[in-house]
Amino acid sequence: MRTVHKGILAGIGLMLASSTSVLAQELTIFWAEWDPANYLQELVNDYTAETGVTVTVQTTPWSDFQTKTFAELNAQGDAYDMVVGDSQWLGAASTGGHYVDLTKFVTDNGVDKSFVPATLQYYSQYGGKYWSIPLEGDANGWAYRKDWFEDPTEMANFKAKYGYDLAVPKNYKELLDIAEFFTRPDQNRYGVALYTQTSYDAMAMGVEQTIFTWGGELGDYANNKVDGIINSPSNVEALEAYRKLYTFTPPNWTQAFFAENNQAYTEGLVAMNMNYFAFMPALASEATNPFAKTTGYFANPPGPNGDQHAALGGQGISIISYSKNQDEAYKFLQWFIKDDVQKKWAELGGYTCSAAVLNSEEFLNATPYNRAFADSMKIVKDFWAVPVFADMLFQMNDRLHPYITTGEGSAKEALDGLAADWDKTLAN
Amino acid sequence: MPPVPIDQSDRGNVVAVLATLDSGSRAAAHGWSDLTIRNAFIIPTIAFLIIFNIFPLIYSLGFSFTEYQVSLNKPAQFIGLQNYADLLSDPAIWRSFTTTAQYVIVSVGGQMIVGFGLALLLNRPFPFKGLVTTLLMLPMMLSPAVVGLFWKLLYDPSWGPINYALGIGKFEWLSNRVNSLFAVAITDIWMWSPFVMLLSLAGLSAIPKHLYEAAAIDRASWWYTFTRITLPLVSPLLLIALIFRTMEAFKAFDLPFIMSTASVETIAIKLYQMAFQGWDTGRASALAYIVLIVVLCITNIYVKYLNRVKER
Repeated sequence: MRTVHKGILAGIGLMLASSTSVLAQELTIFWAEWDPANYLQELVNDYTAETGVTVTVQTTPWSDFQTKTFAELNAQGDAYDMVVGDSQWLGAASTGGHYVDLTKFVTDNGVDKSFVPATLQYYSQYGGKYWSIPLEGDANGWAYRKDWFEDPTEMANFKAKYGYDLAVPKNYKELLDIAEFFTRPDQNRYGVALYTQTSYDAMAMGVEQTIFTWGGELGDYANNKVDGIINSPSNVEALEAYRKLYTFTPPNWTQAFFAENNQAYTEGLVAMNMNYFAFMPALASEATNPFAKTTGYFANPPGPNGDQHAALGGQGISIISYSKNQDEAYKFLQWFIKDDVQKKWAELGGYTCSAAVLNSEEFLNATPYNRAFADSMKIVKDFWAVPVFADMLFQMNDRLHPYITTGEGSAKEALDGLAADWDKTLAN
Repeated sequence: MPPVPIDQSDRGNVVAVLATLDSGSRAAAHGWSDLTIRNAFIIPTIAFLIIFNIFPLIYSLGFSFTEYQVSLNKPAQFIGLQNYADLLSDPAIWRSFTTTAQYVIVSVGGQMIVGFGLALLLNRPFPFKGLVTTLLMLPMMLSPAVVGLFWKLLYDPSWGPINYALGIGKFEWLSNRVNSLFAVAITDIWMWSPFVMLLSLAGLSAIPKHLYEAAAIDRASWWYTFTRITLPLVSPLLLIALIFRTMEAFKAFDLPFIMSTASVETIAIKLYQMAFQGWDTGRASALAYIVLIVVLCITNIYVKYLNRVKER
């Protein structure tokens, strides 16, 4: 009888032990609903095959991503073990204690040496610490109609009008000239598709990229100073240039983001399409773009003084403080940063931030846009990552959108107003 | 009166009688007092209201006097009326209130005119009247999200049927704040005019016929009959429609959010951005209270006017 009791107890113990381990064999990553999330799910299936740990990539539409993530973080919920979050969230998520400090992990595992420094700086660093591992590198670049650019008649007409050859723009002056040249409403042709949407950060990304390219800054990030910086003369010129570019967009271009830009391009409306490289695969595929074969790509060109920058996109992966599977999450990250995994990630369509993979000839030649992407990742700059970043985004949208889309007021007035708003927000 | 004992021979009849009683009477027959029955109905409702309405209302009132950002995981700090003062001196908030007021005037005004006009047309016998009335009511039965997406397509400048039908080329309905405001308001008018029509129709059908007959005998003009009989008698119901639609339009979120991607920045959209994108909980709570007070004031004015109309 005693043996029977011992057997039952051992059985219960084994069952409990195994049930606990079964719970730890699952990891959930939260991300926005887009192609890279599907690539990530495909990649992590390899991890499941290697370790037996099931990794699920849960997604939600972009419009809902920030709200849903922070609702979960604020509730200190453990529905997700990791989140692939925007760089702007670092301030709010780290200050709020929602992200696990990965500084030791980054240095111990050499992530600070193997990943492109700019990506680590913008995707991971806040307050002198690392809070994520760069997962999906991305930058704002350009796609263009090679067939229009290389058409002999267009080339001759362009040279006659502007005095130089029609080619990939070498600076913003040329970008503006080409946009103007191809804007022919009577032929249903326009120069550019730009970001103008104000529901989140779309328009801000397009504008900041132009500001950085004019040699300007959004502010002094270290000391939270904005007045005299965001409304500097160079920023006024940059905003005027963005407004001028806007006049070369298709009609009704007041609330456009990545989907609208790609749609305008694939419908043959525009000569050049500003978009994040994450959305370029759709332009390189003949299934989704009838002009795929004649589509070229280039990094954001330099401004009047030779400064060349691109708005940072993409996200880093962070471990959530309230996850009950943090040890397993660390193991996953250790696997994810391996060179061969990063290589596979790039092959699947993900944008690696691993310097070795990014600079390899294999990667550069893998797609028609990878070279432009690699060039762009070396010149990325980002928006504020302070906890009040969302307020600052909305203030930027409020102040600049009317000027850009309707020419209301002046660039100087819009930026002076923004400086006052940001000053107040940062002071609070 | 003491309870009368039931004769066992009548038991079958008693059961049959009890079966015909309503649940309250049956409960009484089972020994439940009126008070118990009343409490059984009222307590769950009151509990529900306290948990889901009153408690959040009081809790958020507390937050409105604090500096608190829920995303920062730090305790709220009492700052008195600072949030209210900041909000009322913020030009962006006043811009949103102005946009909201413009939207309410255009949208509700349009709904009252179209809705009442439709009711006047329907308030007479004609073939398939029931079917026509039902079809006219369809818009308000649709989801606002579906209506918003549907009208966004209709307004498309390149291939939208509205521009084609009106012959206005590539007019950009949703291109800027002013055009968007009118475009969204037109959609709201399309969606909610049937509601005004329904209430107006109820009011019109309740007007005694002999008043019109007397007016006809006196050879009163159509305008005189309309202004002296129809409008005064239907106005209490019109005012009720006005109260409901004003309250709803003041809180407009779904249509402006879907159709104009927030370029028609009504106060509800501003509140959403503050509360759920900026996570500025303290300020958002204060703004919610300001909106509540404004809606209560407007409603109060309407209700007072409604009472005056009823007294006439």
